[in-house]
Amino acid sequence: MIEAGILLLLCQLAGESIVRALAVPVPGPVLGAVLMCALLAIRRSVPDNLGRTSHDLLANFSLLFVPAGTGIILHATRLEAEALALIAALIGSTALTIAVASLVFVGVDRLMGGTAPQEQQP
Amino acid sequence: MNAQLGQLWVYLQANPLGWLTATLVAYWIGVKAQRAAGGRPYVNPVAIAVVLLVALLAVTGTPYQTYFEGAQFVHFLLGPATVALAIPLYENWPAVKRSLVPMLAALLAGTVTAVASAVGIAWALGASAESLVSIAPKSVTTPVAMGIAEKLGGIPSLTAVLVILTGIIGAIIATPLLNALGLKDWRARGFAVGVAAHGLGTARAFQVNDLAGTFAGIGMALNALATAILVPVLWHW
Repeated sequence: MIEAGILLLLCQLAGESIVRALAVPVPGPVLGAVLMCALLAIRRSVPDNLGRTSHDLLANFSLLFVPAGTGIILHATRLEAEALALIAALIGSTALTIAVASLVFVGVDRLMGGTAPQEQQP
Repeated sequence: MNAQLGQLWVYLQANPLGWLTATLVAYWIGVKAQRAAGGRPYVNPVAIAVVLLVALLAVTGTPYQTYFEGAQFVHFLLGPATVALAIPLYENWPAVKRSLVPMLAALLAGTVTAVASAVGIAWALGASAESLVSIAPKSVTTPVAMGIAEKLGGIPSLTAVLVILTGIIGAIIATPLLNALGLKDWRARGFAVGVAAHGLGTARAFQVNDLAGTFAGIGMALNALATAILVPVLWHW
């Protein structure tokens, strides 16, 4: 648990540092994930405790968005005034994006000979 | 007795412990509610937690800043959790490597659709200029989206809220929408949800299927990068 925590924080720290030093338009933690992936590729396996800690963190990933989401209280007035436009845009655009991205993925995959393994289908 | 209760309240309200606990309890109620509803996506734990906490803040007259002093410990874990996405990514690497071309095609289509349709619909319905800038990066993970909005003259904290709302909407509509489209490929399903609804979409994808979650995480990361490059270019053009 401690080793896993150190590894995760060190990768994040390295990611944040590189992002700031080179002014790349990527969030530090995303670069940290890339570094972690590289480490695992070199090591060729996932340490048990890292696997468990990561699984626990990701199992509760949506909890971590609650504090930022509660910030909606700061914008109640604007959201009320423009509620229809903003909510319609959010729902319409999110649905369109999911549809377009998934259909393009499947379409291009089919053009390339369809690599979707059967057992991974629902 | 009343004075003691008053003192207790002052302690709870001023101390991070009270609001941290409230955040966890509100989310726990949301999770229980979703389970009681048989895991249906429209009973969304984040939406329930946010509604409960907003009500609590409003009733007690607590400023958001005070609340955040407690909640920041949860918020902080977003960073390490994002790094943790590397583990399923590594474990599913063979599937990822085989899907590079469809992924990049879906990314390009998804990124452009996300920005253009959000701004387009909001503009058609008469949203203000500030709101248009703030909604453009709504599908991108919070810190990057806030950075993009700030650069273009939007309101970063409004963007943060629109981002979270997008995530909740994505988590709710993804499963029924993808089923209606008849899509059965977990890679495509996950990737699209990650591009459209960032971390909350990714969290939902992990709930449904591990491979979908992995591809959602990749979609989220790539979309942050693509939108950060694309939106400023589109805007000036």
